Formats: sequence, structure tokens, C-alpha cells
Amino acid sequence: MTRVRLPPFQRFLDAHHDDVARFLVASVGRHDADDAFQETFLAALRAYPRLRPDSNLRAWVLTIAHRKALDVHRARRRNPVPVAQVAERAAAAAPDGPADHWERVRALPARQREVLTLRYAADLTHAEIARALGCSEQAARRAAADGLKTLRKELSDVPVTA
Amino acid sequence: MSLSPPDLRPGEAAALAARTAARAADEGVAEIAYTRVDSPLGALVAFATARGVARIGYELEDGGLDDILDDVALRLSPAIVEAPRRLDPLRRELDEYFEGRRRDFEIDVDWALTGGGFRRRVLQECARIPFGATSTYREIAGAAGSPKAFRAAGNALGSNPLPIVVPCHRVLASGGGLGGYTGGLERKRTLLTIEGGMLAV
Repeated sequence: MTRVRLPPFQRFLDAHHDDVARFLVASVGRHDADDAFQETFLAALRAYPRLRPDSNLRAWVLTIAHRKALDVHRARRRNPVPVAQVAERAAAAAPDGPADHWERVRALPARQREVLTLRYAADLTHAEIARALGCSEQAARRAAADGLKTLRKELSDVPVTA
Repeated sequence: MSLSPPDLRPGEAAALAARTAARAADEGVAEIAYTRVDSPLGALVAFATARGVARIGYELEDGGLDDILDDVALRLSPAIVEAPRRLDPLRRELDEYFEGRRRDFEIDVDWALTGGGFRRRVLQECARIPFGATSTYREIAGAAGSPKAFRAAGNALGSNPLPIVVPCHRVLASGGGLGGYTGGLERKRTLLTIEGGMLAV
């Protein structure tokens, strides 16, 4: 029997950097995504040698990214952004254009924001999301539906299906 | 427009990953750093731990980067990142060596992949053969404590994890033949020619 082995970390990083970057840009915006990305993979690397080789590596690293995003949101609540930086952030976010729905997602209640970013920016299943958030799958589905409902009020073209 | 993942700029995530890998190596979070090094003998892949350079591979002969990477991950640790800067001292010394401006390597070496006992003694004896000189499998076996074990000495040198830096190319067959070489005999000949130590072979 061939034992499953962890790939060398660099291969794991290469395989998932796009997914993690997309998730973090959606979840915290471009301005904070860089730091959160580095913190995510450094935390992953620290835990990596002790990880079970048969782990779902993609869901694992996105769960870490989710926690790092949470840190960013908590820090923002503690330290509201000074006015000067608001303009700077708007400029940094400019490439996304005015149609960046993720900015609206970021303004949703925390649980809805978390579920929608994990579902639509990270493409995790509701079961994986429930595990990442420590809630039931049903609660994850409900938060997604609630979030989409709010978004639909604001926008006409967000897909209805969860 | 729908709720689709945000677009990334081309190369954006890869650049972020490279910065993260460099930081992981600098801060000691990664146990091993590696990089490719170009040389007149073809592409090399080099790995370093906190102790020093642990593995140098001829990329083509050793099954390609992926095989070497898997082997080091299996035998040392999977906490490996590509961090070229960490290998700059080795790169510099190799460049100087191939340009004829360096005779001895001064970088620190991690012997972790050399095995133990006789194998390691053979490789450490081999490391003492000076630039431009050569030895034989029999002599090396003797210096390592078992004059009769010249075949085992040959095997130990054949599995040298640090070719060029641990100069197994300086060990020849007792009859004056070239013997073997991990990177192929053509490379052994080239290295001996660089060092001017090529005997009538």
C-alpha cells in the first residue's frame, strides 16, 4: 500500500495561491489582502509538518485564510480607518471598478459575509463552510440565502441559486 | 454581473506567493529553502537548511526538480519553499568555482542527507581531497576505516547528496580509470578538466 504523503510545501503553495488570493481580495479587499495572504501561508507552513497527509488541503488553507480575514475585520472594528486612508483604499480598489459586488458583501452581517465569500469566492461546499465556521450546514445555507436576499435588493443580477 | 470570484491581475498571486516564500525562509518558518542554479554542467537544484547546504542535484539526471523535491521532503521535511536569496552564497561560490576563481568551498554544509557511519565518513574524507588532486575508492575506503570496503565507498560516493561541493568527482578507480559519477561521466571529466587534475584517463 502506498502511503499518502504531504506534498512539499512549495507545491501546495503553487497549487492554492490563486484560490487564497481570490478569497482574500473578496473577503477583505485588495488593500489588506497582501498581508492576510502572507499570514495565511505562514500559519499553514507552521502547522504543515504535523498535518495529516490525507487532509483536504484546499479546504484547510481556505479555512486558515478565513480566520486571517476575520482578524482583519476585527481590527477594522477596533480601529476605524482614518479619512485619509479611505481615499487611498478607494484608489487601491479602483481596478475592481464600481461593479465590485464584493464591497457590498463585505458590508453584510459577519456570518452572511463569511458564508458568501467562502461559497462564491472560494468555491467551498456548504459542508466545508459549516466545518470552517463551526456551524451546521443548515445554518450556513440559511446565512447564504439571507445574504443573497439582501444583495438582490441592492442589485438585480446576482444569481439566486445557492 | 454575478457573484463570481474577483479577478486577479496576471501573476499577482504568484508574486505574493514568492514574497511569502522568501519571508518564510528569512524568518525560519520554512525548514528548507531551495532554488535552481545554472551552471556549465546544466541546471542544478540546491537545498539549504538552517545548518547549511544539504542537497545539490543535477536536475536532468536526478529525475527532474519534482523528484528531487519529493525526495528531500520525504527524507528531511515537507516544510520546503523556493527562496532563491537564501541560496545566494552557494550560487556565488559555484559561479566563482566555474569561472576558475575559487578552489575551495566555504559555505556551511548540512550532512543530514549523507546517512550515517561509514557512508558519512567516506563523504567527509572525500571532502578533504584538495582542488586539483585525486584519490581512489580504495584510498578513501581506507581513510574512512575499512580499506577493503572500496565497493561500499563507491556506493557512498555514488549517493553523494552534495556533488561538486563534496568533490566525489576527485575519486577515481584504482587502476586509473574514471570510475563512476552521479551526474554522468561527461560531467566528471569536465569537473576534473576545470581543476586541471585530469590524469591520463
